[in-house]
Amino acid sequence: MKTERLIKMANDISDFFNAEPDKEIAAEGVKSHIMRAWEPRMRKAIIAYCQESGDGLSDLAKAAVAKITG
Amino acid sequence: MSINKEQDFGTPASTATANVTLEIDGFKVTAPVGTSIMRAAASIGIDIPKLCATDSIEPFGSCRLCLVQIEGGRGMPASCTTPVAEGLKVTTQNPRLAEVRRGVMELYISDHPLDCLTCSANGDCELQDMSGAVGLREVRYHPVATHLNAVKDESNPYFSFDPSKCIVCSRCVRACEETQGTFALTIDGRGFDSKVAPSQNQPFMDSECVSCGACVQACPTATLMEKSVIDNGQPEHAIITTCAYCGVGCSFRAEMKGEQVIRMVPNKDGKANHGHSCVKGRFAFGYATHKDRITKPMIRASIKDAWKEVSWEEAINHAAAELKRIQTQYGKDAIGGITSSRCTNEETYLVQKLIRAGFGNNNVDTCARVCHSPTGYGLKQTFGESSGTQDFDSVMEADVIMVIGANPTDGHPVFGSQMKKRLRQGAKLIVVDPREIDLVKKSPHVKADHHLKLRPSTNVALINALGHVIVTEKLTDEAFVSARCDVASFNKWKTFIADPRHAPEATEAVTGVPAADIRAAARLYASANNGAIYYGLGVTEHSQGSTMVIGIANLAMATGNLGRIGVGVNPLRGQNNVQGSCDMGSFPHEFPGYRHVSDPETHQLFENAWQAPLSMEPGLRIPNMFEAALDSSFMGLYVEGEDIAQSDPDIKHVHAALRAMECVIVQDIFLNETAKFAHVFLPGSSFLEKDGTFTNAERRISPVRKVMRPLAGYQDWEVTQMLSNAMGYAMNYSHPSEIMAEIAGLTPSFAGVSYEKIDALGSVQWPCNDEALEGTPIMHTQEFMRDNGKGLFMLTDYVATHERITPMFPLILTTGRILSQYNVGAQTRRTANNAWHQEDRLEIHPHDAEDRGVNNDDWVGIKSRAGETVLRALITDRVQPGVVYTTFHFPESGANVITTDNSDWATNCPEYKVTAVQVTKVSQSSQWQQDYEAFSGQQLELLEQGLNG
Repeated sequence: MKTERLIKMANDISDFFNAEPDKEIAAEGVKSHIMRAWEPRMRKAIIAYCQESGDGLSDLAKAAVAKITG
Repeated sequence: MSINKEQDFGTPASTATANVTLEIDGFKVTAPVGTSIMRAAASIGIDIPKLCATDSIEPFGSCRLCLVQIEGGRGMPASCTTPVAEGLKVTTQNPRLAEVRRGVMELYISDHPLDCLTCSANGDCELQDMSGAVGLREVRYHPVATHLNAVKDESNPYFSFDPSKCIVCSRCVRACEETQGTFALTIDGRGFDSKVAPSQNQPFMDSECVSCGACVQACPTATLMEKSVIDNGQPEHAIITTCAYCGVGCSFRAEMKGEQVIRMVPNKDGKANHGHSCVKGRFAFGYATHKDRITKPMIRASIKDAWKEVSWEEAINHAAAELKRIQTQYGKDAIGGITSSRCTNEETYLVQKLIRAGFGNNNVDTCARVCHSPTGYGLKQTFGESSGTQDFDSVMEADVIMVIGANPTDGHPVFGSQMKKRLRQGAKLIVVDPREIDLVKKSPHVKADHHLKLRPSTNVALINALGHVIVTEKLTDEAFVSARCDVASFNKWKTFIADPRHAPEATEAVTGVPAADIRAAARLYASANNGAIYYGLGVTEHSQGSTMVIGIANLAMATGNLGRIGVGVNPLRGQNNVQGSCDMGSFPHEFPGYRHVSDPETHQLFENAWQAPLSMEPGLRIPNMFEAALDSSFMGLYVEGEDIAQSDPDIKHVHAALRAMECVIVQDIFLNETAKFAHVFLPGSSFLEKDGTFTNAERRISPVRKVMRPLAGYQDWEVTQMLSNAMGYAMNYSHPSEIMAEIAGLTPSFAGVSYEKIDALGSVQWPCNDEALEGTPIMHTQEFMRDNGKGLFMLTDYVATHERITPMFPLILTTGRILSQYNVGAQTRRTANNAWHQEDRLEIHPHDAEDRGVNNDDWVGIKSRAGETVLRALITDRVQPGVVYTTFHFPESGANVITTDNSDWATNCPEYKVTAVQVTKVSQSSQWQQDYEAFSGQQLELLEQGLNG
């Protein structure tokens, strides 16, 4: 999986949930969407990338990925 | 079997609920108010002679053959135009009526060729039948002038127009007006000179005729006749089946001679089409027996090798062995499959079952990924169910119709005709589209009240502006919202949408639509008694496709336009079984019935039923499969009935992914573009060769019935079953009805569906279960399908697409389809429909053309960030300045060479509708096109080598 592609996907999802004023709810929305729609190797890759640097990921996307890892 | 002619009641049924009782030939009959005497008589088996009347169009009263006498009444009124009344006593047969009818017939026959024995309508001619019925025995007139030498018009590839046989009954003219709504035909001249004339006395092909066949269907003689009947004679039996083209799902009578389809005639009882058709379903079925059909399984080690024809057993065993090898080498998740909206419900169900239970993963996806996946997501979130809310007939009660990003007269022509009928009755129309579709002002007697000609990619800004006006001008239906919706979410949305940034004046700069137009359209929609929204791929195929679907749902809920006839949110599905393929669990994260794979209860249900361990993790979507192929973690693919190598975006990327895979198995009726990258070819069966069901855009499950034996020996579901058994996962169905029984047993919304019920009712709309034994035409009438029964409002901020115009790419390319061709064109390109559309063209506005020195028919290069292709230019003001448009029906056009990998945030539905491009005049095809021609030619040679042993 190309990391750039996953970053773009995560940011696009975040852009939708960003309309939610409560950022905790928004991050939960992004997390839930990724959990329900992304195949495990994609999730694994974005988690690894986020832990490595997370450059290019929006703040909301980073917060959501952090929630996945718990 | 027999031809079982449909009964013609002479005039349309009345919709009145009050009845009257009268007496016809001494028999009592009760009929709804407004029924004609002719129809009332037919309902008790009394056939009154007729020629100009048929029950698909309004009565005309011109032929004077259907005269009757009414006790106490004067003269002999026409029974077709005389309505029933309480206590009438009608006589349909007596010597005086017989004499008048014989006289009328004598006049008709005096100017009609007496070539019945060699006439193509022999055996199916109402004029012949009426001559017999009235007992015509002689013709005393010897006219000095006749029409017997009138010249035939053979210009239409599918039907012939022989005016020498015309009785000028006007049935064709009225069918073109009332049924189709094109008004291409007229009666030209007066008296003896009267004649049926297409357009301004032009040949049919030069007229506005759209070749829907309504005139042919209505003609009582051989004047308008299918060429297939002229060539082959009358059919001898008929089987009811369902069209395999668009999402309207028209019911047809396949009229047969042995195993040869003589003609496809729209079924009068078809609940989606009511006896109407379009040029594709009616005439473009010849692809099913085209010489390009491949009917023998083939294998090869590499795509550089010649194909080798092998037995079914060898092909299936080889495919299974390869898939198993790949799993052993690369892991269980390294293979997957793709189902198709062109396949039946039973076939798609079986493919996803094979993948989930046989492959042991959820790597299954469907072509709905690239069309209506945002519909599934958006409507599931807001309404609780991934489907449209209405039946097609609901449009006849709509007062305001909003069409967003859809072109019904081209994409869904039979429904388009129904919508035009309602618009001619006076319903108001709002069109939201960057391009001027026919409904805007090119359809006779139809004109949009508002055309919101927005810039591509700005849908969400526009829907928000409409919502803003509705909220700030207090046009919301508070009673509906408080009773039916999640009020907290509504209040949150209200605050969000009332923000000035969503005001039409603020969004005007983004959308390009004047604020006043948006305000007027919003008021019109919100103030309608019944406001209905219809939308298509112009909504979904955007990076904010799902957001826009949610925005539409918000708007409908806020105005109370849900839960009854005449309103609703209506996605017009592209292909015949988009709804069904999604219903059947073709998405990687959902089991049949849209239940998530991680839901423990559902997971357990399917594990128990399928007797196999199932993954609780979502699988790969189609674009993810390509990505995974390119990093060598996805190496085997089973594709049934789908052509990803032509239809998917950024095609060079797709081709690279297909080349990277070690085993691509294609099951199709032709060596399609994807098959050129395949290692195993399993010949498929057309819709005429198999049993099953399709589910159309209104959730209507309709029968698909085998009318001929499969050319390759097996129906598609049987092939999947063989592959599954070879993979080691046992399947033992003996008929698709057993598969549907399994679906019904596992899917609550299908619990009441069975082949017996479909046969008895003709079709059935899901949900069909104990609560709705005969199905559900209108959804959400009492409550929404969400857990709490309440509709959910969601926030829909506008986010600009990644695809930006720049000085290097200053134009926006958007794509669409045309009436005569279908999707990737694999079917329609192999029919005479090419007479209407032989190539994809680039529509460009005159200003943009002039800036570039481009003239009509010039070759132009279209270059995007993804690639470049070359098409011929068509200069038209249908597109706005700054926007260019093309169709994608021909592989050599390479429309998807230029589309990008941008996609919907929720579903990864590609953003086909928005690509920044530059257009320049060129003199030769693009490098990609030259490479494609070489590759495609090489693949056809490798096929030829295989076929020649």
